[in-house]
Amino acid sequence: MPDQLVFGMEVFLNGLMAGVLYALVALGFVLIYKASGIFNYAQGIMALFAAMTLVGLMEGIVPFAHLINTIFGTNIHHFGWHAPALLAILLTVLMMIGFAWIVNVVIFKHLVNQEPIILFMATIGLAYFMDGFALIMWFSDIKALDVGLPQGINAAIDEATFQIFNYGFFIDNLDIVATIVAAALVFTLIVFAQYSKQGRAMRAVADDHQAALSVGISLNFIWVMVWSLAGFVALVAGIMWGTKSGVQFSLSLIALKALPVLMLGGFTSIPGAIIGGLIIGVGEQLFEFAIGQPFLGGATQNWFAYVLALIFLVFRPQGLFGEKIIERV
Amino acid sequence: MIYRESGDFSTTYQQDSQTFPIRFDRYRYYVVLVIAFAIVPFVINDYWVNAVFLPFLIYSIAAIGLNILVGYCGQVSLGTGGFMAVGAYACYKLMTGFPDINIFFHIIISGGITAAVCVLFGLPSLRIKGFYLAVATLAAQFFLVWLFNRVGWFYNYSASGQINAPERLVFGVPVTGAETAPWAAYLFCLVFTVVCALAARNMTRGMQGRQWMAIRDMDIAAEIIGVNPLKAKLSAFAVSGFFVGLSGALFFAVYLGAVEVGEVFGINKSFLVLFMVIIGGLGSIFGSFAGAAFLVLLPVFLKNVLVGGMGWPTDLVEHLQFMIVGAMIIVFLILEPHGLAQLWRVAKEKLRLWPFPH
Repeated sequence: MPDQLVFGMEVFLNGLMAGVLYALVALGFVLIYKASGIFNYAQGIMALFAAMTLVGLMEGIVPFAHLINTIFGTNIHHFGWHAPALLAILLTVLMMIGFAWIVNVVIFKHLVNQEPIILFMATIGLAYFMDGFALIMWFSDIKALDVGLPQGINAAIDEATFQIFNYGFFIDNLDIVATIVAAALVFTLIVFAQYSKQGRAMRAVADDHQAALSVGISLNFIWVMVWSLAGFVALVAGIMWGTKSGVQFSLSLIALKALPVLMLGGFTSIPGAIIGGLIIGVGEQLFEFAIGQPFLGGATQNWFAYVLALIFLVFRPQGLFGEKIIERV
Repeated sequence: MIYRESGDFSTTYQQDSQTFPIRFDRYRYYVVLVIAFAIVPFVINDYWVNAVFLPFLIYSIAAIGLNILVGYCGQVSLGTGGFMAVGAYACYKLMTGFPDINIFFHIIISGGITAAVCVLFGLPSLRIKGFYLAVATLAAQFFLVWLFNRVGWFYNYSASGQINAPERLVFGVPVTGAETAPWAAYLFCLVFTVVCALAARNMTRGMQGRQWMAIRDMDIAAEIIGVNPLKAKLSAFAVSGFFVGLSGALFFAVYLGAVEVGEVFGINKSFLVLFMVIIGGLGSIFGSFAGAAFLVLLPVFLKNVLVGGMGWPTDLVEHLQFMIVGAMIIVFLILEPHGLAQLWRVAKEKLRLWPFPH
């Protein structure tokens, strides 16, 4: 087998793994969009905030330490304890639920019935606010996150591929874990949406706000629930990305990576988010490998996903799996 | 008491449709112009020009441009930073390629080039709408920044990848380069800002502007009453692109002098200009100025008070500034979706009835 093809296969597999991570972020977007029609730009910063909170709780960092030190001239940094990962994750989930509640009570309750684009801009504002808030609360240095997930090259795959192609593939263990977690998460979410009472209520709200309201579904409760779910998904995404490359500011930029995924897959479809994520992940890696690196000077990942989604949208404006857009005067 | 129409009779159609129907407003406008052109240049120093006036004037042009697209035509764009970069690089290539031509023309031509690029990226707007389009314009943002970073021709293959503005004269006075006097740079930008504001104001209240607004309010309905969506949307992209390109060219040539594209024209610049438009007021020329002034002054104010006055570290103040800007956006969207311009309008209404409001 020619070398180029083998390399290409490795790139393809790595692209699939990266795509799973994109899909994980995109999933949070889809959840909120389906239930409330809000396109939540702050999803990326929610992932950063969740991951930072998790690290902060585990390491026992004092929240707002920098601010307190500056105002009162003290010098505090740590509480001096180390929380176990599971407890910290539990507390972070509680925190994200609280966050969901606050966001709904303070912001989106007042913006009901506004145009989607206004809601979108409000979430950009929220993203900026959370940006500053998260960095003030937990300080802006890069933090290592370790909740005990396996990392490093997967020896078994390396070995097996070496036997076949005479070249070992580099597949990160973490990516495999991420894939499994993402699959489990999607499965759980679909089961939850299809079979549980709250899930059915959620789908009813997604279908028609007023009709849902008229049969006695509390919109507020559903919205808080959906934002909490999105917060949970953000936490999972934050853990995966944070373990991979450290918890730092650039984590919030994964939201920008998830947007083309959504456009490709359709804003309203959970399977669409997954498949869109895989297409984008594989597409950008292969494009960089086959065309970007040799001919265009590299770093094409920055824009390839967007241009792909843009071209795609011109032919199919609702995305791969989105609902047909019907407009009336 | 002096702020009302009574006693000011219009006898011609021209007088009836003037920009400022109230006499006091008209005189205020002239006074502001006289102060800006004849008094400010003599009293400002280097700090004020570089920290306040130049960014304010240049961002105002960008905000007016984006306001035409977002506020008047309803097409949300997140690619402003990328389009500003087009203006800057076009200006750089023209300045170095045709050094004998006056920089005035360079900047205007860079605006035209940006308009063309903007129309190109605006083409999908005919098929996709709302935030689908907003996300699609991000494609322009990332692609353009990448292009200027990677293709050597754009930065004349300089080793650092930066572009530097060579010195250029207007009427024998340098307006770009290291030797520029603060007042010269200020006046140069002021001329562009005033002309742009006048042009935008008159375009938006003419037929063109009404077509844009019809498209914004409901594009299908507008199409039915005879507005050509192709023309209306693309013309909005073109005009917006022209203004944004001008501001990008000025930002590079006059204000910064040296530019590294990823740093200066990144996605944050797009958001900054969008925030100016939201805070200032969607669909208002005055709002563009108000928003630009607000977001230019806020960091200066915070820096002076917190860093200079209370000795806080800069990174903390920077994060605080993020929080304040984000909170302001949300507060404005909830309480006053038409921004500072609406507050100003309400104040004027109150003033007209003052002191006898009943």
